[in-house]
Amino acid sequence: MTKKLPLYVILTVMAAVTLYPMLWLIGASFKSNSEIFSSAWFMPKNFDLSVYRSAWKTVTPYTMGHYFMNTFMIVVPKVILASASSVLVAYGFARFDFPLKKFFFALLMAGMFMPAIVTVMPMYLLWSKLGLLDTYVPLIAPAAFAGEGMFVFILIQFFRRVPKELDEAARIDGCGTLRALVYVLLPCIRPAVVSVAVFTFLWTMNDFLQPLIMIQSVEKYPLSLALRLSVDSTGQGYEQCKIIAMSVIGLIPSVAVFAFAQKQFVSGITAGGITG
Amino acid sequence: MKKRVYSNPVGVSRFTGLLLILPFIAGFLLFTLYPFVCSFAVGLTEYDNIRPARFVGLDNYKSMLSDDNFRKALSVTLKYAAILVPMKLAVSLMTALLLNAEICGIGVYRTALYIPSILGANLAVVIMWNYLFTSGGLVNQVLSLAGASPVGWYGDPDKAIFVVILLRLWEFGSTMIIFLAALRDIPRELYEAAKVDGCGSFRAFFAITLPQLKGVIFVNLVLQTIAALQEFNAPYMLTGGGPLKSTYTVGMLIYDEMFRYDMNAGYANAVSWVLFVLISAVVGIMFAVTRGRRRDEK
Repeated sequence: MTKKLPLYVILTVMAAVTLYPMLWLIGASFKSNSEIFSSAWFMPKNFDLSVYRSAWKTVTPYTMGHYFMNTFMIVVPKVILASASSVLVAYGFARFDFPLKKFFFALLMAGMFMPAIVTVMPMYLLWSKLGLLDTYVPLIAPAAFAGEGMFVFILIQFFRRVPKELDEAARIDGCGTLRALVYVLLPCIRPAVVSVAVFTFLWTMNDFLQPLIMIQSVEKYPLSLALRLSVDSTGQGYEQCKIIAMSVIGLIPSVAVFAFAQKQFVSGITAGGITG
Repeated sequence: MKKRVYSNPVGVSRFTGLLLILPFIAGFLLFTLYPFVCSFAVGLTEYDNIRPARFVGLDNYKSMLSDDNFRKALSVTLKYAAILVPMKLAVSLMTALLLNAEICGIGVYRTALYIPSILGANLAVVIMWNYLFTSGGLVNQVLSLAGASPVGWYGDPDKAIFVVILLRLWEFGSTMIIFLAALRDIPRELYEAAKVDGCGSFRAFFAITLPQLKGVIFVNLVLQTIAALQEFNAPYMLTGGGPLKSTYTVGMLIYDEMFRYDMNAGYANAVSWVLFVLISAVVGIMFAVTRGRRRDEK
């Protein structure tokens, strides 16, 4: 025990340093402007939950509920499409042999190392030609094509850990290619699929550049843009606690999903042997 | 010519796999190859997305040479990546080593230390960072407790870039977790054998851990370098590129040319193509160096 004590101390200090800013943010949502800038201590002098009621209304024409709905209209299809397409592609690479397999795998790897910023501008021009700007199509569509090489890669590693005899047994029992995947393999690689879904969720919640470019009308703004708009349209004199309360509310879905999936998610990555 | 034999289960055609990866092939053509070719083509023109494009050859590239904004952005971006990437790798690796310990409640620490990185450059985080680093903010309050004089983080061209770097450093979770995964893959027997041979834990780190981690260190290095060289979100939201363009990255320049000014699509695409070549060159050098090292060892 005495040997482990320093380790606990170091880890606790590190956790405190990383988490204190967030604690402070929550505390600051109850503070007056002067209190925010005068105290490093996170506890506010008094709690008044009404700030959250007015934060929910936002300083824009719509409530936060409206922006949450917009965000979920992007996030939910994206999570489903990205998980499904990545699983299919990983299944193809991990379990089948086909012409040009090595070449396509190299392309997949190369795609991981491609800087996204180069593709953003031409895609904007294309979507504007197709008249799809200011819709959610440009934000969602790429997810249907296993766009994240990283996801496919993690899934392939998981597929490889499942013994091939399992597929063979399923085939002998009359399962086709897809049924073997859904009923036999998918349950075995569940942690990895959860990781893919959670990553897609979190990245989409945080995405800023894509919606900033593709979405123009405030009515269709996802949460990330709505929050930015609120900051830009209020000055320094404005009650900062309201803006902070809005941003705290905005963090809830990400933190909730992470807390909910945390066990599967962390084990999905750490147990996966991505180093393979 | 010998016909290739495909090792598939009985009754499975060699096109089954191809069919399964069809989404990837389509996506690659549509969302990677097309924009890359298109970006190069648009970069050779003067184009505003309204009037027809006018071919100007390499003019966009020539004007980059005399564009002070571009030169400034390039040096800021390189400086940013050169400081952030090594720091982030070091912090992630050290944390992963600590979190690899088998102690009671380690899961709680793993979760706690991972949480910041699920938030990205989310606006809430940006707002928080702004308050932390304003002149009367938390960081300066802590500094004054330690007797140091307050720092004008956002106003000082030498300091502002560290506000951005610290945000990305605070979010070390995803690199850390890749290291952690790799650490757990190292066979225990190696450490046990070393212990029997009287090898201390410090030496074991250099003799066993580091060599075993070489692969993931490289992957993390490459991924983080690519991400850092195309940074846009954090400086855009935190500093807007200021003060005096001291945090103005190439990513921001591309965005500005395209959307803030009058849609300079030709120039924006030419710059993004240069950024692509730069990133490829940096990654290429990294690959070449590690391959060279590997050959030396043989």
